[in-house]
Amino acid sequence: MKLEMKDSPGQLVAALKPMSEVGGNIIAVIHQREPDLDDDTLNVQIVLELPEGRLERLVALLKEQGVHIQRIGEERLLYKRTVILIGHLMHTDLSDTVDQIDSTGFAEVCELAMSMPAVHERSTSRITIKAVSKHDMEAALAILRRVSIQKSLLLIEPLEEIA
Amino acid sequence: MMKVALIGLGSVGKGVAGVIARKDLGITITGIADSKSGCVEPDGLDIANLLLNKSRNGYCGDREISAADVIKKADYDALVEVTPTNALTGEPAIGYIKTALIRKKHVVTSNKGPIALAYKELHALALKNGVALRYEATVAGAVPVMHTLEHGLAGNEILALYGVLNGTCNYILTRMADEGLTYEQALMEAREMGYAEADPTYDVQGIDAAIKLVILANTIWGNSIGLNDVDRTGIDLLTPDALRLAEDEGCTIRLIAEAIPRKHILRVSPRILEKNHPLVVDGTLNALTLETDMAKEITLIGRGAGSTETASAIIGDLLFIQDRYVQRT
Repeated sequence: MKLEMKDSPGQLVAALKPMSEVGGNIIAVIHQREPDLDDDTLNVQIVLELPEGRLERLVALLKEQGVHIQRIGEERLLYKRTVILIGHLMHTDLSDTVDQIDSTGFAEVCELAMSMPAVHERSTSRITIKAVSKHDMEAALAILRRVSIQKSLLLIEPLEEIA
Repeated sequence: MMKVALIGLGSVGKGVAGVIARKDLGITITGIADSKSGCVEPDGLDIANLLLNKSRNGYCGDREISAADVIKKADYDALVEVTPTNALTGEPAIGYIKTALIRKKHVVTSNKGPIALAYKELHALALKNGVALRYEATVAGAVPVMHTLEHGLAGNEILALYGVLNGTCNYILTRMADEGLTYEQALMEAREMGYAEADPTYDVQGIDAAIKLVILANTIWGNSIGLNDVDRTGIDLLTPDALRLAEDEGCTIRLIAEAIPRKHILRVSPRILEKNHPLVVDGTLNALTLETDMAKEITLIGRGAGSTETASAIIGDLLFIQDRYVQRT
């Protein structure tokens, strides 16, 4: 997002604080004084990861701080989806299953919980996938659906929020 | 008085007969048939006596009179067809319903077979003969889904629907989540409670939910889809670990039937839902969320099965017909 704030001591810190408050992870802060602007304003570009649904709260908090938001690049939003896979996960090469998502470049498995009751029994895992856009998430889930069919795994998807 | 012929005297039929006998609804039964016998009386049958016969002998009336005879010959305004669902052929119910419609008799049914397999033909036949074909009881038991779609949400465009339409699966999933039971243990318990059939395939593999989805989709969008158009996954391969892993995230698993025409989605599958999601209902309850252009989301929750509960839906259809078509006396 691109922000505009007063160029005075403590302002930048005040703008960054709400970002951590809402659970955001700041990836980059870029600021430079543009010569054609009044001396007392500062333009800052911030790249951050934000859990889904927190953006509105962050916008409200920034406004309270007197920070003007010039632009929000939605494409930078991170989407998270959790699915459950059931089947012979190890025998069907779980690391390959994960790699099929990771190798896309636009989505990755960020969390994996696993339960293996006995060698011959089916195991269950909960997999959380991150993607940079809703579209990419759909593509990642499509890959997972295809792999699940190939490997005879049962894929349980989340019910999408009602559009 | 509205005259009714009742075909089928299982759990639902007994429920309907009992309610008509017990409550002063302006409805009288002039013909009745079970799988073995039939009975006709233009002035109205003695229901209590017939139900007594049924429990004593296993059949209610004259063994020389068949269901087809009652449908063809009895004097009635509306046929109540509540024989068991045959998901493969829809028979003999399709034949029964056609005969009644051709006789210009209204039809109310709880039978999913005919509506899922022959809706277009039966609907056209009813229109041609100027009578009603109503089937509120086929989807979500007592929950007035069809009335809501037809009246309460009249003029709305239905954009999508999501539902918990099979009480047996919902009971099994609820027990697996609450008590950490295995699928097999929960199924056994469901059988003991009378919620599951000896052969649970039809319920646990999502066939029953898919049939209801077909009925809803055809009613709403008139797109003549069939059971084979539904992408279907059951609950029989779920592990207790899956429910526990979902629980760790504040979620649970439910068998969801969903239709989203704009995305070409027609699917029954186990899904992860947050526990406070409106479709996460407990035990044998059913739930249906309709997403519409004007009303946005509407969720209906209620009992999806049971003798009197299903009778509620059938009586609702009969009284609608009485209001709309049959002269009140």
